[in-house]
Amino acid sequence: MARIRFAGLEKRFGTQPVLAPLDLVIEEGEFFTFVGPSGCGKSTLLHLIAGIEAPDAGAIYFDDDRVEGLAPGARDVAMVFQSYALYPHLTVRENIAFPLRVRGAARAEIGREVGRVAEALGLAALLDRRPRELSGGQRQRVALGRALVRRPRVFLMDEPLSNLDARLRLEMREELKRLHELYRITTVYVTHDQEEAMALSQRMAVLAAGRVQQCGAPQQVYADPANLLVAQFIGSPPINIIRGDAVRDLPGVAALLPAHANEPLALGVRPADVRVHFEERPGTIPAEVTLLEPTGSDLWVVGRWRGQRLNGRAAPGVRLERGATAHFSIPSDRVYFFAADSGARLRSD
Amino acid sequence: MRPVLRAAGLALVITWCLAPFLWQVITSVRPAAELMSLPPLIPTRLTAEHYAAIFAGHPFLRIIANSALVAACTTLLALAVGAPAAFALALLRVRGRAVILAGVLAISMFPPIATVSPLFLALSALGLHDTLAALVITYTTFSLPLAVWLLTNFFAALPRELYAAARVDGCTAFGAFARVALPLAAPGLLAAGLLTFIFAWNEFLFALTFTATEAARTIPVGIALFPGLHEVPYGEIAAAAVTVTLPVVALACVFQRRIVEGLTAGAVKG
Repeated sequence: MARIRFAGLEKRFGTQPVLAPLDLVIEEGEFFTFVGPSGCGKSTLLHLIAGIEAPDAGAIYFDDDRVEGLAPGARDVAMVFQSYALYPHLTVRENIAFPLRVRGAARAEIGREVGRVAEALGLAALLDRRPRELSGGQRQRVALGRALVRRPRVFLMDEPLSNLDARLRLEMREELKRLHELYRITTVYVTHDQEEAMALSQRMAVLAAGRVQQCGAPQQVYADPANLLVAQFIGSPPINIIRGDAVRDLPGVAALLPAHANEPLALGVRPADVRVHFEERPGTIPAEVTLLEPTGSDLWVVGRWRGQRLNGRAAPGVRLERGATAHFSIPSDRVYFFAADSGARLRSD
Repeated sequence: MRPVLRAAGLALVITWCLAPFLWQVITSVRPAAELMSLPPLIPTRLTAEHYAAIFAGHPFLRIIANSALVAACTTLLALAVGAPAAFALALLRVRGRAVILAGVLAISMFPPIATVSPLFLALSALGLHDTLAALVITYTTFSLPLAVWLLTNFFAALPRELYAAARVDGCTAFGAFARVALPLAAPGLLAAGLLTFIFAWNEFLFALTFTATEAARTIPVGIALFPGLHEVPYGEIAAAAVTVTLPVVALACVFQRRIVEGLTAGAVKG
């Protein structure tokens, strides 16, 4: 187990910067997630940690050891790949044993460790199969097993759940959390799925355009986004953004931002904070309903108000229809302001 | 109508390809007296005299052994050199990769006849004239381009993540090659090996130039040197040709699917 520190870590492909200089510390035993849209540099970062690619500048430390010049095998990391990258010509047993065999472990130790991991992952009955005879979920477990078998200092996961169907993904999410609590290995997880990042991590960093936009506990990032990019990326359904003059016409909003009274603003409010009513109430705005999305526990209502799209939550069973008017209530203590041009967060104090 | 046309077309192609070989087979079992009669149809009686003659009158077994040894050594050497080269070209960051691959291809386009004299002088200077080693070295050189290209395609078709996984799991670059890439490229190795073997088995020009006696003579040269002073022993030539073609045909039949696979690897995503 190790504490990971990046110092001015930088990566370019040709002249194209993929990762702007990164300074960050991942604590020992932490489950840390880099989340961001595809192409944001998160997989590259993982490859840099693993040693599959070399940085153009900067350093990576595991505790006090500088590792960015070491071969992948010398760093004592384990990695789960998006495609799982199981060795097709080896059985499940041989796949899991592979990292130990390469390192020349004793036969008895290999047998014992493979048995331990297979037990923990429910693979004991599949040990003599080959990867192509396994389902997606089973392959995923084998990939985990191969990574866990030698208790690495650092555990890297590159979108490990993205090839699974929705149900299995939820199951494996729980499993990953359980395994992390069991082994407490420093884990760097990469995903484009913000929900996965929120559910799994102790801390996460939102990565966009090669830069860390915000880093913190999931709840903190969700509740206090640093800029428009983060606000739009985190949260499902995605945050409502209202732009232009309409912002100041929202009930109760104009008074909140005296300091920025004349700047162009964007206002964000999470759909989960917006209540939608059938009848008009004080402080609501009327909007034409364009889409209804019942999920069982909630009824999401998309409306159009002054050309802006608004998503809000109604109690299930409220009588709303497409094309009719619904009344959206936007709580003024739950709104975020951003500079319309830079996307920087503007605070009311 | 269409199935009929298709059958006719196939029959034509098969006849076109196989008729000379069939003629050869017939010639090899005809009595000597009938050899010059045309058309070369069914012989009046079958004889094994030509087969007996090539093994009795000539050091033919020795020549076959030479050929087998040369072809086998060439194949092993070409794979031993070609596979790591192809692996590096396909999966490692090699500077000037495109130039190297183009160079390899250019070598295979070089007309062998142009290199015969310099090679002859070089090999003679090394004291390798009339040795099997001379042939193995030359054949390996000339079969490497094909082997490297074929295997590069094979390795390039392997998922890159497999290589990355092997490295992270603790393998060196060579370890990843030996433990992961090589077993997965086995069909490619087989295809490249077979093509190399067949090339070395059939090669004539270098074999004729670099060998002088039966110590290093290979089959194609051996057969070509059958003609005597006063007559051309067609029966014996045919018998010898059939004898040495059969192993190649057998190999090709057994591994036919693999060869096609090998030649088209990388052309389509499997």
